[in-house]
Formats: sequence, C-alpha cells, structure tokens
Amino acid sequence: MHDFAYHRPTSLAAAVRLLDDIDDASALAGGMTLVPTLKLRLAAPAALVDLGGIAALAGISVAGDCLEIAAMTTHAAVTANDHVRTRLPALAALAGRIGDPQVRNRGTIGGSVANNDPAADYPAAVLALDARVVTDRREIAAADFFRGMFATALEPGEIIAALRFPLPARAAYAKFSNPASGYAIVGVMVAQTRNGVRVAVTGAGPAVFRATDIENRLERAFRPSALDGLLIDAATLNDDLHADRAYRAHLVAVMARRAVAAAA
Amino acid sequence: MAMSNSVNVRFDLNDEALSVDVEARTLLVDLLRGQLGRTGTHVGCDTSQCGACVVLVDGRSVKSCTMLAVQAAGTCVRTIEGVSGDAALHPLQQAFREEHGLQCGFCTPGMIMSALELIDRNPDPSDRDIRHWLSGNLCRCTGYRNIVRAVRSGARAMRDG
Repeated sequence: MHDFAYHRPTSLAAAVRLLDDIDDASALAGGMTLVPTLKLRLAAPAALVDLGGIAALAGISVAGDCLEIAAMTTHAAVTANDHVRTRLPALAALAGRIGDPQVRNRGTIGGSVANNDPAADYPAAVLALDARVVTDRREIAAADFFRGMFATALEPGEIIAALRFPLPARAAYAKFSNPASGYAIVGVMVAQTRNGVRVAVTGAGPAVFRATDIENRLERAFRPSALDGLLIDAATLNDDLHADRAYRAHLVAVMARRAVAAAA
Repeated sequence: MAMSNSVNVRFDLNDEALSVDVEARTLLVDLLRGQLGRTGTHVGCDTSQCGACVVLVDGRSVKSCTMLAVQAAGTCVRTIEGVSGDAALHPLQQAFREEHGLQCGFCTPGMIMSALELIDRNPDPSDRDIRHWLSGNLCRCTGYRNIVRAVRSGARAMRDG
C-alpha cells in the first residue's frame, strides 16, 4: 500500500471541505472495497478522508412512508434493524446476505452505492425501490444515479449522506451468489411500488439495470407464472469464468421468478 | 524511511489502554502482529476471504487484514490472546481441543473470534446458524464437522458456566 495522509473529520461539511481542498483525496467508508484496492495498489490516493467519525452519517429512521438509512450504516445494522425488518423486509434480507458476517460488520450502504460494483446487491434495491440518494448537496433519483460500471452521478468530492427508500407494497430479492465472495452472479430485486412494478438486475450486466420485459409481464400479473417462457437477451450480459452470458440470462429469469414467488 | 504520515492511535487491546504511533497505511493485523507482537492473529489469504485474521472490534468480528489500524481508534479490540482471562483456556478454546476442532491450528484463532460474536448474539446456535456464521472462516484441514461441534459444545459450556 502506498502512503497517504489520513483525516477523520467529525462533520459532513468538514469532510466535503477536505475532499475539495486536497488533490486526489478519497473518501473512506467501511473500506471493504477501498482497503483491498489500496493493498493491490490499484488506487494510490494522496489522502483518505475517513467518514467513520461523522455521527450524522449513522442511523435508520422512518419518515412518513419512507425509510431513511444513513450512509455509514453497516449491512449488519440494516439487517438487524426492527424498522427495516418490519417495513422493508426484502432489504433486511438482502443486507443479511452480503459477503460474510465480517464484511457485514464493516461494509456500509453508502459505500456500496457510491462504489456501484456491477455485482453488488444494494444497487438493485436502490433502483428497483426507486430510492433517492441524498448527498451533502442534493437528492438524486435512483434512475439518474447509476451511470454504468463503477460509475455514478456523484460529482468529485460529493458524499452520500443517506438513502431514502419509499416503502413498496411488496418486494423481494433473489440472488445466485458466488460461493467464494458472496457477490451476485445474478441478483434480481422485484418491487410493486406506487409507480408500478420495478425490477432491477445486478451481477448480470456491466452495471445494475432495469428489466423492462419482466416489469411489463408482472404489471399484467404479479405472479411467477407471468414469467413463463421468458427469454432474456444474453448479448449484453457479462461473460466470465464464473458464468457465461447464456447461463446468466437463464439465471435472470430464474431469480426473477423466485423473487416474485417470495414477494407475492 | 521517515514515517511521513504517522498517526497516533489510542485504543484498548485486550483491556489494556494503548497509545501507538503508526503509519496511516498500516493494517490493523500488521499493527497487532508487528509493532505489538500479538502474533495469535494470523494472516492467511490477506484478501479478506479466509478469516484467519478475525478479531473483535467493539464486540464485532472483523477481518483485521482489511481494516486500517487508524480505523480502530477509540475502539476496544480483542484478540485470541485476550479471550481466556486468567484461565488457561476459554471454554470455547477448551471445546475446540476436546472436539478435535483443529488440526494445524492456523485458522483456529479466527474461528474462535468469529464464533465468540455468534455466541454473544445467540447463546444457543443451531448447527445451521454456526455453519452460516462461519461462512467467512476457511479451514483446510478438518472439513468443518468438528469445528461446528466444538462451537456448539463451547456455547453450551459458556451457557452453563
């Protein structure tokens, strides 16, 4: 690991200032991706701004028909939280299957969403549930936030403060995990929201995406049989040593059916 | 080499208050094993997969190969050296010994530190609970059966203790 300067601000404003003022500074959330990246010298920032000391970035609350999860909330805290378990159990279940217990004890929802790993679980939930990404300076709709592999709408130095999830009528997430890493080879989140059925797929493509074919079928009938005979176009899907693109296409349909069965 | 980015870190290690200067880039496991000489915590894969480096930070199991030492500032860290107190062995260590839960022993400190968090949350875990919880700890000798048995038996001893 290359050397870097270390800062641990106690307010969001101070963290934003540090990221603005220092050339080539990176924000550090739980570190479950960034620390391995630093160890491999795939990144060598001049400074790290650790968000772990900012009290305002922790906590889960319910406001109206929204569940708000502060960015530094760990996966373990999400999966154990009573509000999440009762009002959005699909999200509690998703968080409880990320990585392993030690990853869940350190990894954070804000870090995962900001990183937008193509095989991460949370982006599927954010997109399918039509969540809003609340940053230090604005709110971004999920549809505008994810911009492709590891790419997001975040500006340089912009920090996610919270994720705001409107509560769906019903939702579920089904994942075919890589047994070594726990990452999704294919993960599908289905949700009946106030704006209709939304289905988001992670792991299968270069970045999380909405499956409009599946949405249209489920809009007509929200049951697994609505997906009978569904063929997913494999052309744009990932193809690697874990699964070729035809297998991933097959898994998208299988996971979608399982998620609908779980939600229905 | 000059420590250009030295940071003072204060934390409790096995109930002892410590103040150490580390380079910002120092991993928690390297601080523990190197500067502090607590070599019971092991480095296996060094990629946060194998769990040989698991320690407790504020009671939560973490992989210390994937955490910076500076991130432990202000916390209570517990390593395998700190589990038995004044006794020769903690009941969970004793159970690993009695149930043949180890062969080479390399993964054992991590197994025990992970299992301690599980038992803290769930004093009577089922075999399924144990297998799920230990998904981040790899053993290349025993095949896990005896490890699961040891955790169950250790949990029982801790409940009875």
